[in-house]
Amino acid sequence: MTARNATPAATLEGVTRTFDAVTALDDVTLTLEEGQLIGMLGPNGAGKSTLLSLISGLRRPTRGTVRLFGGDPRDAASRILLGTTPQETGLPATLKVREVVDFVGAHYPAPMPTGELMEMFGLTDLASRQTGGLSGGQKRRLAVALAIVGRPRIVLLDEPTTGLDVDARRILWDAVRGYHASGACVVVTSHYLEEIEALAQRVVVIDGGRVLADDDLPAILARVGARHVRLTLGDPADVDRLRDLPGAVDLTQADGRTSILTSDSDAAVREIVGRGVAFSGLEVRGASLEEAFLAMTEREAASTSSPVPAASVAVTAVPAVNEGAH
Amino acid sequence: MSVASTTSTLAGARPVPFLRLAAIHVRAQFLETVRVPVAVISSALFPALAAFFFVVPNEAVAADPVVATQAIAQLAVFAVMSACLFTHGTGVADDRGQPFDGFVRTLPAGAAPRLVGRVVNGLAFTTISLVPLTLVGVLFTDATLPLWRLAAAIGAVLAIAVPFTLLGLAIGYSMSSKAAIAVVQVVLFPLAFAGGLFLPPNMFPGWLDAVSSGLPSRAAREVMVLVTTGQAGYGYAVPVFLAWTAVFAVMAVMAYRNDEGRRFR
Repeated sequence: MTARNATPAATLEGVTRTFDAVTALDDVTLTLEEGQLIGMLGPNGAGKSTLLSLISGLRRPTRGTVRLFGGDPRDAASRILLGTTPQETGLPATLKVREVVDFVGAHYPAPMPTGELMEMFGLTDLASRQTGGLSGGQKRRLAVALAIVGRPRIVLLDEPTTGLDVDARRILWDAVRGYHASGACVVVTSHYLEEIEALAQRVVVIDGGRVLADDDLPAILARVGARHVRLTLGDPADVDRLRDLPGAVDLTQADGRTSILTSDSDAAVREIVGRGVAFSGLEVRGASLEEAFLAMTEREAASTSSPVPAASVAVTAVPAVNEGAH
Repeated sequence: MSVASTTSTLAGARPVPFLRLAAIHVRAQFLETVRVPVAVISSALFPALAAFFFVVPNEAVAADPVVATQAIAQLAVFAVMSACLFTHGTGVADDRGQPFDGFVRTLPAGAAPRLVGRVVNGLAFTTISLVPLTLVGVLFTDATLPLWRLAAAIGAVLAIAVPFTLLGLAIGYSMSSKAAIAVVQVVLFPLAFAGGLFLPPNMFPGWLDAVSSGLPSRAAREVMVLVTTGQAGYGYAVPVFLAWTAVFAVMAVMAYRNDEGRRFR
């Protein structure tokens, strides 16, 4: 992630945001650069929307600093290079499509010509319809069109395609990629891995208000496809012999158990046995997307939510452990 | 897709001029309101109907030019107060609950153009709502309004609208739309009655008259009656009016500053 510009599109430094007793974001530090297509992945309630609302100046951080092109996003002038989407249900029902596009575009110094934008999103025939009469897919297209009408340099798209059919989704993805090709920073939130895979180059995984991972797409996919190998070591000092296992991403210890997150659990188990490390209570667990999030938080309690224990093997048992029902 | 070749720093992007932003907000909000004509018609009809049913049949009032003018002036203050509190109180609270409002707040415009749009529309629809009332007064009672007084009355209406607009905004920005409807009604009717907008204050018992003199609605009534009939009320109406305007302005600014859209727990 090298900076292309002296001023990043957006930065968060030690940002915490609480709502009464709930901590929506917990000490988040993040830099979003122009030219990046960033997927923000996390389950519902993870803090994605709160993060976007801070960048777009809708809310103030409880602690920490948020900057948009070096300025405070709460100042209108700082938002001149920002584009966001209204939620699908959030269009003024009595205004016509063209009126809404003109209204939003008029806030920016050099908006795209309304006709050109409508063409791009297939809205030309709907120009004089009131937005209240549009279908869900049409509203979504209009919403994304509104995000880019002002030629922003950072675009925040909050769940742009949730609930759309495959074709409608592809049209929007193409438009998003096309706009990103112009060099803007585009942030897409989603709780669908598929969408992130299709669009993003850099992926930020968020859960429980924290950034669990921030890496390029292949690295994240490797983690998401990862499995846990969990065991109790005969000699706790042996832990250092497990740090360089094949495909190992992470190694954690809690309650006397050692947990290795690896992209190749078969090879890892073979290697442990091959090295003659004494262990007991071996478990191999598949990590789904959700489990991968949880694994990244390194919370033992949370990771038991949907475990798939495959086999428990005694110390010197079978060399390779199959992963059972997967 | 071509992109503006300006630099991507803030210095390179020149904001849209304020007046233009204000104009597009005035226009968008006007279109939104006008396309739901029931809202416009009902607010215009109520004061006129009240005059028609309570002032016109009352011979003692309707046949006396000064008293009739005063009665119509009182209802005009009520019309202004009601339009301002409802448009800004429940209207703002309602908008804040709409997802589109959150989106508009991310546009590079700040609060002022939206506020200008709201206030200009509030005044426009208030003025519209006074037309039927004035017609009822002129056609069916002996109320008189020479042209120069009409001009002064329009000025008075705009002045009276200021504190009630601010109060409406303070309510709208500090609570949800359901709460705002209740609060507006709880505020509107007692203020209107105690302010002498339904019954003239000379019918009040002494204690109520004393309380009334300190209310913004009573002060507004005195200003309006003075302008339309030349009958001066109590001496300190204008200071009371200005003091309330200052109080409501502070409340509105504080409510706006603390607003982050509708909050859910």
